[in-house]
Amino acid sequence: MSEITAEQVAHLAYLARIDLSPLEITSLTRDLGQIVDSIAKVSEVATADTPATSHPMPLTNVFRDDVVVPSLTVEQALSGAPDRAGDKFRVPAILDEE
Amino acid sequence: MTYLTKLSAAALSELLVGKQVSAVEATRAHLDHITAVDTDLHAFLHVAGDDALDAAAKIDARRAAGEVLNPLAGVPIAIKDVLATQDMPTTAGSKILQGWVPPYDATVVARLRAAGLILLGKTNMDEFAMGSSTEHSAYGVTRNPWDRDRIPGGSGGGSAAAVASFQAPLALGSDTGGSIRQPAAVTGSVGVKPTYGGVSRYGAIALASSLDQVGPVSRTVYDAALLHDVIGGHDPLDSTSLTDSWPSMAAAAQAGLANGALKGVRVGVIKELAGDGFQAGVTQRFTETLALLVAAGAEITEVSAPNFEYAVAAYYLILPAEASSNLARFDSVRFGIRVNPDSGSLTSEHVMSATREAGFGAEVKRRIILGTYALSAGYYDAYYGSAQKVRTLIQRDFAAAFSQVDVLVSPSAPTTAFKFGEKLADPMAMYINDVTTIPANLAGIPGMSIPIGLAPEDGLPVGLQIMAPAKADARLYTVGAAIEQLLEARWGHTMLSRAPALTPTEMFASKEGAV
Repeated sequence: MSEITAEQVAHLAYLARIDLSPLEITSLTRDLGQIVDSIAKVSEVATADTPATSHPMPLTNVFRDDVVVPSLTVEQALSGAPDRAGDKFRVPAILDEE
Repeated sequence: MTYLTKLSAAALSELLVGKQVSAVEATRAHLDHITAVDTDLHAFLHVAGDDALDAAAKIDARRAAGEVLNPLAGVPIAIKDVLATQDMPTTAGSKILQGWVPPYDATVVARLRAAGLILLGKTNMDEFAMGSSTEHSAYGVTRNPWDRDRIPGGSGGGSAAAVASFQAPLALGSDTGGSIRQPAAVTGSVGVKPTYGGVSRYGAIALASSLDQVGPVSRTVYDAALLHDVIGGHDPLDSTSLTDSWPSMAAAAQAGLANGALKGVRVGVIKELAGDGFQAGVTQRFTETLALLVAAGAEITEVSAPNFEYAVAAYYLILPAEASSNLARFDSVRFGIRVNPDSGSLTSEHVMSATREAGFGAEVKRRIILGTYALSAGYYDAYYGSAQKVRTLIQRDFAAAFSQVDVLVSPSAPTTAFKFGEKLADPMAMYINDVTTIPANLAGIPGMSIPIGLAPEDGLPVGLQIMAPAKADARLYTVGAAIEQLLEARWGHTMLSRAPALTPTEMFASKEGAV
């Protein structure tokens, strides 16, 4: 049995930058415990001598020629932004006051 | 002009090329049908309306001027909402992207426009393609045209339902663990997941980058092949795009219609994708189809893929891990909504966390948290590392199988369409739905689902999955078209012609005069 605790879920939510309500943390703790129990079986067959596959059709060194090609205009790039200041994305404060 | 919606893309194309029907007429017929039936089914999140008619008028003008166009020019198509369209909102079924209109087209969308297809609108899906039922869309469920109390599959339930209910002859989907094939199976339509890298993913909102693949959704194998030929091939904007030159999938499908196309074809039945957990009617139709294959001269062999038992577990580690990373881009700065926290300071970190709390649904949160866990220090080797090793073992299982046979077959899904809500409370019950389709994504190989009949116990569609070695997509079209032809000859009709008639709601019938 996995031992997923509510504290752990709250910490994971912080790492993932998602505020969760206490109710969500409770249900996610239960769900995650069940899911992890079911998927932990991967370690049964993953022996030390089995190589890992990260990509089904591996390609290497995918480059393009170093030439300028058309790209988004500033207006296009900012068109979906929730807030802007002139030609820039406007973001909330980066540092907390404390 | 109702009959225009009943035609295959190929048949409609003939009428368009022969100038017996205009693109505007074809488009209007489909838009009228959408108006009549989609209030109830909800396959579409956005309908292009006048924009579609304008695009169709331009195609008619070019054709009238004697320009030689792609045969599919003027044929309407529906686009899964995971694909960026610069003139239509693109939400991936999520509230976090509500109203977002991308500043560019996905490459596959650009290729459709270049070929003159008419974009009808955007189809519903599970949020960020996470789900097997389209119940996880932030914009409400899509209903299965065969039974409105049942799911249309997922994540591409909207595209499959649109095609199955004759709202579009073609649609685009995306398949990360079965999101094209499973909806095809439960709606009686055709869906293809191409070889990984065979179709560009530029402009497809990423779920799990080592698994995602864009592909065709249709009512016939030949139509899927025609669409595959338009969207496939190398794209320098996608670094995972294969540079291979591909044979014509349409020609491959045509080859399947020739006499004796199945003679000597070696077909492998995967032992592990049968038996317990498979609905009786699914197994029955599958077995009957195998008998049909034998009668047509195919050689059936049972093959074993012992590591498939671990595929679902590996998938639900790899997918959340990659998704948790991909979805980090929703930071409330560059696109999507921004929500300020109720309390505390308005820092970027707090605003991002409040935005993601409000913008993501329960399943997305579940998978991001799971992925963050799987990638955490101390757990990485046991979970994510082991899952990647299982991936190697599954590739080896496929390699061993394909050393004996030309194609592999299984039921596309363990059951027919289930009822809304049936599996929502138990995530693992939902996840296990994909047991048949996930192995192909883990290995990168192509897979197709075609309808093979109705399960006797519930009268709902059953799908056959056909899989081929990587890059042998053409083989799927040959074998798929051959089986489709055999089945339709035996039935004396297409399967979707047996779907319940969709009557427009009274309100719409009186308001629009549409019948």
